[in-house]
Amino acid sequence: MEYFLELLLGGLTRGSIYALIALGYTMVYGIIELINFAHGEIYMIGAFTALIIASVLTFHGFTGFSVLILASVVAVIYSAAYGYTVEKIAYKPLRQAPRLSPLISAIGMSIFLQNYVLIAQTSDFLPFPNLIPELPFLEEYSHIMGPAQLLIVITTAVVTIILTLFIKFTKTGKAMRATAQDRNMAMLMGVNVNKIISNTFIIGSALAAIGGVLIASHIGRINFYIGFIAGIKAFTAAVLGGIGSIPGAVLGGLVLGWTESFATGYVSSDYEDVFAFLLLVLILIFRPAGLLGRSAIQKV
Amino acid sequence: MKKFDSRKVFGLCLIVLFSGFLFAGIGFASETIKLGVAGAHSGDLASYGLPTVKAAEFVVKEINAKGGVLGKQIELVVEDDVCKPEVATNTATKLVSQGVKFVIGHICSGATKSALGIYKDAKVIVISPSATNPELTQSGAYPNFYRTIASDDAQARLEVDFAVNKLKVKKIAVLHDKGDYGKGLAEYAKKFIDSSNKASVVLFEGITPGAVDYSAVVQKIKRSGAEAVIYGGYHPEASSIVAQMRKKKMKTYFISDDGVKDITFIKVAGKYAEGVYATGPKDTSKNPLAIAANELHKKTHGSDPGAFFLNGYAASQAVLNAIQKAGSTDYNAVSNALKAHFVETPLGKIKFDKKGDAIGVGFSIYQVQKGAYVEIK
Repeated sequence: MEYFLELLLGGLTRGSIYALIALGYTMVYGIIELINFAHGEIYMIGAFTALIIASVLTFHGFTGFSVLILASVVAVIYSAAYGYTVEKIAYKPLRQAPRLSPLISAIGMSIFLQNYVLIAQTSDFLPFPNLIPELPFLEEYSHIMGPAQLLIVITTAVVTIILTLFIKFTKTGKAMRATAQDRNMAMLMGVNVNKIISNTFIIGSALAAIGGVLIASHIGRINFYIGFIAGIKAFTAAVLGGIGSIPGAVLGGLVLGWTESFATGYVSSDYEDVFAFLLLVLILIFRPAGLLGRSAIQKV
Repeated sequence: MKKFDSRKVFGLCLIVLFSGFLFAGIGFASETIKLGVAGAHSGDLASYGLPTVKAAEFVVKEINAKGGVLGKQIELVVEDDVCKPEVATNTATKLVSQGVKFVIGHICSGATKSALGIYKDAKVIVISPSATNPELTQSGAYPNFYRTIASDDAQARLEVDFAVNKLKVKKIAVLHDKGDYGKGLAEYAKKFIDSSNKASVVLFEGITPGAVDYSAVVQKIKRSGAEAVIYGGYHPEASSIVAQMRKKKMKTYFISDDGVKDITFIKVAGKYAEGVYATGPKDTSKNPLAIAANELHKKTHGSDPGAFFLNGYAASQAVLNAIQKAGSTDYNAVSNALKAHFVETPLGKIKFDKKGDAIGVGFSIYQVQKGAYVEIK
């Protein structure tokens, strides 16, 4: 029973990691039906920014939570700027192009950003400092869950709730939903569609940066390539949950995390990915739009 | 007219060709000992083969300057196999037909294997500086084959011996990263643990490289009750697994290979790296012969030597020394001499066991102590 619980919590952490990144994918897809392959790289850039800021702050004698918060804030701003710029450079000029063009552009952007960091920083793995302070009350349960895991799970939950409320109740959220439904109509109703799309990228990138800081603290190492693998898994989670749906991304992430955790725990880690993708195939056969996705009516 | 001309030219060619062979035969037959050097000298793996050519050149030059072996000068015959098995048979035939009795090479295991049959029939002694496939020596099919590098399973053997005999653990978890290198090592480790009868493999699993989290595997190790983990793979995953094990307060020994014996591992895993064991090539950096050979390379070619340079150096020295000790170039006499006499090389004092693996070459166990790998004697 304890083993089961440990696997459950391990899967929860892993799922939350996927969910945190998957939110960005799903938001962008919801608005402009683009799979933003560069999203994983924004996550990686967030982690790198946090590493640089944290090193500088630690050097100047800062400690504890102040480093975590300052590094996260800078990483969020920096990554949001990247997300905004990527959209302006790579996607906006292709707004009217066939859907395949921005997709290729996204893949190109992803490769560009990876190699940019490779050249500007290093190809080696870098140690990522443990920015999350030890919590004394968790000491007793450290064999089950550490502070980093706890913080990841809490952050994912909080972010999801805020995001859902934001989209439901604010004016920008309403404009986002309108843009997602029908871009031309929204434009006619006076919604500044370009601004809304930019905002979506900024929010998505900010989430990726938060994910980058927390996840890198949990893993303890980063290099230029971490965004790719995390991105693929998060993308899978988003599709699993129903791409375009925010609760779907979270559910998809958790389901994927648990599948992998239990497959490793009870079968073999050799088959971790096999089970994850088998599940994806099965769900897509029976629910082509994903767990919580609504199948869109083709616009004629 | 035209036809007549071409026949004439053809005939002339034949005469020139045959007389060329004749001269070659007369010219070299009695005065030199031919030492073949075969391996990848062009193509994408040339960087593995060329250092051995340079090493052989240095050794031969030095020995020739001292009057050669048995009063004869050594002549190098360099042939390229591009690391391809199908080319290597041609390379071997070519060397044999030129009267080569001793070959340094080949470089790649696959090419070496395909060439060995031809050498065996022609009674040519072959010493490879780099072919690590265990079968080459252990199958016993090639009594003419020797090597100055440890075979692929040597690390697994060392890891298992260390865990079973030194650490005295009974339950071992064997993990790998599903790659050729890691999985190969892990499978050997499993085989050796099973055949040791002193310990058992409680867990044998492949992990997914690059995953965001290894907590499930770590839980599994914990549940299996393993006292030691033997991991086949590289340092990024190793550092994640070790960190998660230590965060969960597990004191399980962690033993790995030269993919982990890398300074980056210590940098990334930080305090969690302490106490981790890893096998790595024996330290030759303090061997005066190795220092001299490297210096010579730097002086002559203006750069650091490449892969297997010292192994190639040792192979050349070993075979020439054996000819000297045997007093002839006879196949049996030289074979016996290779196995009987130690020779001082940049890799240390080496001779060969009856299967053809070098004694005195290979791996040591290292442990992370205070942020650095320390060799455990």
